[in-house]
Amino acid sequence: MSLDRRALEAKGYLVVPGFVDLHAHLREPGFEDSETIATGAKAALRGGFTTVCAMPNTEPAIDSPGLVAELIARGRSADAARVLPIAAITRGRKGRELADLVELAAAGAVAFSDDGSPVEDARLFRSALEYARVTGRPVIEHPQDLALSAKGVMHEGAVSARLGLPGMPAAAEETAVARDIALAKMTGGRLHLTHLSTAGSVELVRRAKAEGAAITCDVTPHHLAMTDDWVAGSRAFAWEVPDEALQGVPYDSSTKVNPPLRGHADVRALWAGIADGTVDAIATDHAPHSSVKKDVEFDQAAFGISGLETALALVLGGVRVHWAALGAVIDALTIGPARVLGIELADDDWVAIDRNAEWLVTADELVSKGKNTPILGRTVIGRVVHVSRGGEAKLPERRVGNAEAVGRR
Amino acid sequence: MGFHRTYTSDSATTFNDRSCEAGKERQTTTLLSRDDVRRAITRIAHEIVERDRDLSALAIVGIRARGDALAARIQRAIRANEGVDVPLGAIDITLYRDDLTRIGYAPIVRESEIPFSVDGRVVVLVDDVLFTGRTIRAAMDALVDYGRPQAIRLAVLVDRGHRELPIRADFVGKNVPTAAGDDVRVHLAEVDGRDEVEVVAKVPA
Amino acid sequence: MKWSRRHVLDTDDWSRDEIETVLDQTRAMIEILQRPIRRAPPLRGRTVILFFAEASTRTRVSFELAAKALSADVTNITASGSSVEKGESLYDTVRTLQALGGDVVVMRHASSGAPYFVAERTDAAVINAGDGWHAHPTQGLLDAYTLRDALGDLNGKRIVIVGDVLHSRVARSDMNTLLPLGARVTLSGPPTLIPTAWRCGQLPPGVTYESDLDKALDGADAVIALRLQRERQESGLLPSLREYSRVWGLTADRVGRMRPGAPVMHPGPMNEGVEIDAAVAHGSRSVIEKQVTNGVAVRMALLYLLAATQPLEERP
Repeated sequence: MSLDRRALEAKGYLVVPGFVDLHAHLREPGFEDSETIATGAKAALRGGFTTVCAMPNTEPAIDSPGLVAELIARGRSADAARVLPIAAITRGRKGRELADLVELAAAGAVAFSDDGSPVEDARLFRSALEYARVTGRPVIEHPQDLALSAKGVMHEGAVSARLGLPGMPAAAEETAVARDIALAKMTGGRLHLTHLSTAGSVELVRRAKAEGAAITCDVTPHHLAMTDDWVAGSRAFAWEVPDEALQGVPYDSSTKVNPPLRGHADVRALWAGIADGTVDAIATDHAPHSSVKKDVEFDQAAFGISGLETALALVLGGVRVHWAALGAVIDALTIGPARVLGIELADDDWVAIDRNAEWLVTADELVSKGKNTPILGRTVIGRVVHVSRGGEAKLPERRVGNAEAVGRR
Repeated sequence: MGFHRTYTSDSATTFNDRSCEAGKERQTTTLLSRDDVRRAITRIAHEIVERDRDLSALAIVGIRARGDALAARIQRAIRANEGVDVPLGAIDITLYRDDLTRIGYAPIVRESEIPFSVDGRVVVLVDDVLFTGRTIRAAMDALVDYGRPQAIRLAVLVDRGHRELPIRADFVGKNVPTAAGDDVRVHLAEVDGRDEVEVVAKVPA
Repeated sequence: MKWSRRHVLDTDDWSRDEIETVLDQTRAMIEILQRPIRRAPPLRGRTVILFFAEASTRTRVSFELAAKALSADVTNITASGSSVEKGESLYDTVRTLQALGGDVVVMRHASSGAPYFVAERTDAAVINAGDGWHAHPTQGLLDAYTLRDALGDLNGKRIVIVGDVLHSRVARSDMNTLLPLGARVTLSGPPTLIPTAWRCGQLPPGVTYESDLDKALDGADAVIALRLQRERQESGLLPSLREYSRVWGLTADRVGRMRPGAPVMHPGPMNEGVEIDAAVAHGSRSVIEKQVTNGVAVRMALLYLLAATQPLEERP
């Protein structure tokens, strides 16, 4: 095995530990037309993630030990990336009563979350943070003030003003982040804030950490690469100069995501957070949707971007323009999330990356059932060429062959 | 004999859109000089008056764009000679063309102006060049949407033959036989800064 | 200039040239509407489909008159009683539209962006008759025409747009046609009804926000009043309609602050007594009825530009 590694390195590939995704939606049980544990776990491997955490907003929600066990079993039989279950904080994710957190942890849950909803009731969230301390598992909160962001479908700013779409202001995330931080400090609970998207949120976490709070956070690859201009049709990454050639049709529902794509200053602040360690992890928030849910009017479309397989290419773009060091980004994909979960990185989980491989993102190229990504049709740079999980070489085939070779395996 | 690129300066009234024919030699001949043009207009004005003695029933409608300038001159000539102000109008026939789907773009429609009733009038349509007759057909279709003239007559500065429809002019400035591929260019002071009619012809092999 | 747009989905990026071309064509179309026989033949044999998923009488009828004035056949797909009401998805409606094979689809829809969705999926030319809060391009053009008719050259003229700008596709489209013609725009209205970005200074060049309507109207060259919907009070954006009409309603006094002869406009339908006094709506400065006539002519101009010269053999 180490022979393989050295051989791959000799070819110029970057060999690093297998990535750990803190936040993915595998849709099973309940929404198997959008993704299954099997297809999601395979997509994770193709993206370089040897471990993927499955969010519990399924149907039924993962709020009982039996369901946790079932998820683990299905993950095992998928025989692809390691699937770690995240259990719900509240019963049914309804935000009214705590779930049996200790039993859920005992059954194998690695964290708790009610994602894609926040726990609105502050008193209940306080209880969750306090009670979960016994389990040693982090509470992952989706920070969003539902009232301030009600009916919003994109970032509230100059672009939403022009496009005539109701917006979700940055303050809707930042007020929730502030609340969550205050509760974490008060309770000593283990809080992890997921998919932060605004400069203000990053700054709040930075200050909280400076004061010694045990808070962690992650950002998504799409928030590191795209801005709200994408809703207006731009297809220029944050580090690219806008160009006529990089222009698509506005109101493309593949740009609709929660939290929404924000402004340039927010993107730069997220990268600064990675560079200075404020941001602990990069997590994909992989949100696959069948076309039925996305091929509709923008305001009716489901939120979410399918991101497992394109994550690496997106984050390498920022590294290329020196917005953060390669090491910081790799740490955010490996050591960072492992620390958040309190797990060890397995020695025989590793990936080889071709940093210069160009590939065209097409629906056929993606193994995930979710083809909802706004970079369909774009050529991106950076690709996983070899995956070793538990010592076995495990890079799954693409569904339908693309004429260009992926890279030498 | 120089190399001339053909182009149409205003396609709203001519059906002679032709693209540049590089390399073909072309010869430009003057058909009507400035004085010829003016004499022709004067003569047409006289003929109109001779034909329809009852000037009170007359009206003159020029087809945009150049026919309307000619129509105005004819109306002025009649006023100068007879002291009568014949009602003057201008009609744009773009929306009545039969070739809109064949020319590859949408020509600009201009405003028609017929500030009088055409019912019961003898309307003299005026155009610069009579060629296939399709412009006149379109003009008549447009005109009858304004009412029911007693009669419609046609005055043209140049009749160059090659009719594709059964249309004939009542008053003609000059009859000029041309080849179908020739380009007849009418210049009028109001539009082009000078009065002249030219023919641009292919040099015979 | 040669017309090159396949669709009219918005006026966000129209050049001055394009806008003036449409306005010039509009004048020609107005003349046709004044003839004894108000009809011309360029769209003979063509079908215009009116797909109004959001109820509207005046705009739909205006488009219908425009299409018929150019001899087109008209088919209506309206919200009430159609499968749209029964929950048919936009995707399925688009497939039906494609199968019907119209030359032009004129559509109004409650979702911003819906016309782009449709334009991407049919062969017909699409004209946006209003999508959510985003755009109402024909209104923008007819308002520009009406103003140009009343004021002449719009260079340097200052137009006030007052009301619920946040939710107004008319305001957005008016800005997009007036600014390229050289006009300046002053937006006015309650701070809660202006997009935050615009209230805080991120405005296009030539546009300002002035919450004090009296100040805004001082010396203005024209005013466009927007309709205020009653729901805005219910959703906590306004304390009351009464206060709104006191502070931002167009009264005769307020209107008198503008330049002499400055016209008063409103896209309709009006809430008399709320955003505009009855006396002002029917007063000497009001050109609201002209807006309606001009609307038919503008729509004729666009239908001609989009459909009259498309080769018949290539139709779906």
